[in-house]
Amino acid sequence: MIVYSYLDESLMPYPFCPGCGHGRILDDLNTALVRLQLDPHKVVIVTDIGCSGLSDKFFATNALHGLHGRSVTYATGIKLVNPDMNVIVLIGDGGCGIGGHHLINAARRNIGVTVLVFNNLNYGMTGGEHSVTTLPGANTATTHYGHLERPMDICASVAVNGSSYVARCTTFDKRTPDLIEGAIRNEGFSLVDIWELCTAHYAANNHFGRKELEAALAEHDFSTGVIHHESRDEYSRAYRSATAGDAGTKEVDSILEPRYRHSVVGSLDCVIAGSAGMKVASAAATFCRGAMLAGLWVTQRDDYSVMVKSGHSVSEIKLSQERILYSGIAKPDLMIVLSQEGLDKAGSQISSLTENDLLLIDESLMPVSTRARLVPVDFARSGQKKQYWAIKSLAHALREMEIYPLGALKDAITLDERFAEENLRAVEGFVR
Amino acid sequence: MGAIDAGCDFFAGYPITPATPILLRMTSELPRSGGIAIQAEDEISAMGFCIGAALTGARTMTATSGPGISLFSEHIGMAIMVEVPLVIVDCQRLGPSTGGATTGAQGDIQFLRWGHSGGYPVIVLSPTNVSDCYNLTLRAFDLAERFRIPVFLATEKDTVLNRISVDTTEFDCPVVRSRNFAPDDADYAPYRFDRLSDVPAMASFGGPHLVRLTSSSHDEGGYLIKDAPNMARINQHLNAKILESVDEISHVHLDLQVGAETLIISYGITGASAAEAVVFARSQGERVSALTVYSLWPVPEKEIRGALVGVNKIVVPEMNIGLYLREIRRLASDDQEVIGVNRVDGGLIEPVEILKRGGIR
Repeated sequence: MIVYSYLDESLMPYPFCPGCGHGRILDDLNTALVRLQLDPHKVVIVTDIGCSGLSDKFFATNALHGLHGRSVTYATGIKLVNPDMNVIVLIGDGGCGIGGHHLINAARRNIGVTVLVFNNLNYGMTGGEHSVTTLPGANTATTHYGHLERPMDICASVAVNGSSYVARCTTFDKRTPDLIEGAIRNEGFSLVDIWELCTAHYAANNHFGRKELEAALAEHDFSTGVIHHESRDEYSRAYRSATAGDAGTKEVDSILEPRYRHSVVGSLDCVIAGSAGMKVASAAATFCRGAMLAGLWVTQRDDYSVMVKSGHSVSEIKLSQERILYSGIAKPDLMIVLSQEGLDKAGSQISSLTENDLLLIDESLMPVSTRARLVPVDFARSGQKKQYWAIKSLAHALREMEIYPLGALKDAITLDERFAEENLRAVEGFVR
Repeated sequence: MGAIDAGCDFFAGYPITPATPILLRMTSELPRSGGIAIQAEDEISAMGFCIGAALTGARTMTATSGPGISLFSEHIGMAIMVEVPLVIVDCQRLGPSTGGATTGAQGDIQFLRWGHSGGYPVIVLSPTNVSDCYNLTLRAFDLAERFRIPVFLATEKDTVLNRISVDTTEFDCPVVRSRNFAPDDADYAPYRFDRLSDVPAMASFGGPHLVRLTSSSHDEGGYLIKDAPNMARINQHLNAKILESVDEISHVHLDLQVGAETLIISYGITGASAAEAVVFARSQGERVSALTVYSLWPVPEKEIRGALVGVNKIVVPEMNIGLYLREIRRLASDDQEVIGVNRVDGGLIEPVEILKRGGIR
């Protein structure tokens, strides 16, 4: 079936001011669509705020109207889910200002969306305020002393960041339908910056007509026609080819079935305090998995600095015969301190320890005063790097307190093949 | 895991502690089940991507924390107005503003409900533990599709980042209903409803119908309108579709003890503290009842009022300055004492603190 027009004639005429270029752009877009003969069901016109935002209703296609400058984000979501869609964004120069970030990133990503900029050099709908494309010296509702800023080069901004098709023209330009057609044909991100007159404000307040518009383009070195065109993978299809190999390989979470016995009566609360980079949280998780293999319920709560490789790292572990409701620890039964930073962070808990508790501490941090049974360990003597001290200390604790068999911890270590060898070596060696 | 089992096939997010693990897991896991997960350039874009994706037929989720919810605000309003099914996970951290990035809180409870222009209702669910996270994620997707609305999962740093052993046989696996798609052959209008509380059928971009959707006041065809009666009608619909279905959305657990004159009302991770407090108090011979609220918004008023009967003291522990307390206060009678137990230093509320401050022990 041939489509003779994509416009909904029943809604004509356009509501735009006399002399406004918007209607011209919509006619040119229609011309391009008719040439391309796209299925209207596979076309979605996405608009946002401003006079250009009134445009989508005139097209007998799909349409989405949203928030100022965000049209490119909805367009991206649509294209990602359905790469067969022809997604056409109609946006004003105002939208390019508030949503400039989205334009640049869509260009960088080369998502297959076509953006037509209705660039009339000011905010028409709200009363003629200046926009990011307003020319220097211009008189607008918000530049009473003449505009002091330079205009944003929308085309250059997206071209330098990877847009695969970039063009500029005016509503007086006969090439506009060709440029729009080229933009839609391009698989990746395309943008056509279409300069036009806002007869209500900008043209009226600046003695600005077609002649001045064309002169301004020349004066600011804004060339017209196709400015940039390159062949580059379109994102929604690139994503599919990159991930195709993994489709249907949904990871199954491993379930740990108990196969050891434990000696915990009631519950056992542990705190292990060290520094970032000592793999405290990883070792604690392995220790918890070992406990699960011995039939215990576990929780692990980590506290760490906002930095990744510096500051403290403290894990609180609860082991229990019964299901654990609350994961906080008031007073540990077992406390392990591996570094000064750990001592600084968790040291206050040492004073809460009683004679029934165990404090396992790196020898370099001695002396400490505590009522708990004190086990200083010279971890450095083991010759292993600090990142294995945490798992080593937890193995020590298993031996000292007989919480659950060392075999369960070793089994837990082998669940993660990446570090199994070094971790196993760490828990074998027993330094005192 | 809950999201993938709920059929989630689109995720867009932006890194933020403590929600990042969800982004990481989704970007590695979703492609394996044929879905798409993408890191956006900011939170505004993440929500924009989600809106576009959901309207193209995807079952969509995003995850962030308080500062991200701030940036989501305009798109939350849009999702309400356009009527977009979405699931938004808020891993709350200590605020205000950037606050304590690696410390937990429950400070967004009112913000999630009111953090958009217009004040129209949304749905907020809050899990107390990891098993709840699974079950309520499925429930969130179901409600999002049922009501064409953003549904929030209000979690917090500890629920998201703590590791805990769970018994997967205890997952209830609630059924996630499929989207109510308009029949292929019928004349379609994206916002057609008879009764104000009806939820209009959906059609996806690229499907058999031409679909016209807008964040501006619209008629049933999705065309912008300016006439007052029809603008009022669409807005009353947005309100009615949720408020007239409160019973369907309400989700609480009442642990009633006969003769108890004290009731602890809690939600989220504080619900775990409350549960432990109750176990301990009862082991000491105290009588105490507990209500766990899983659906924070719309407020399950009927269930809360029911739980308040015969109680003279109500204890509300929250890791904020007393934000849900105001909902309980307006539902309680003048002769009932309502006590907030609050903590805003990132620490969990200890069970013993609930009992002490509530005068239970």
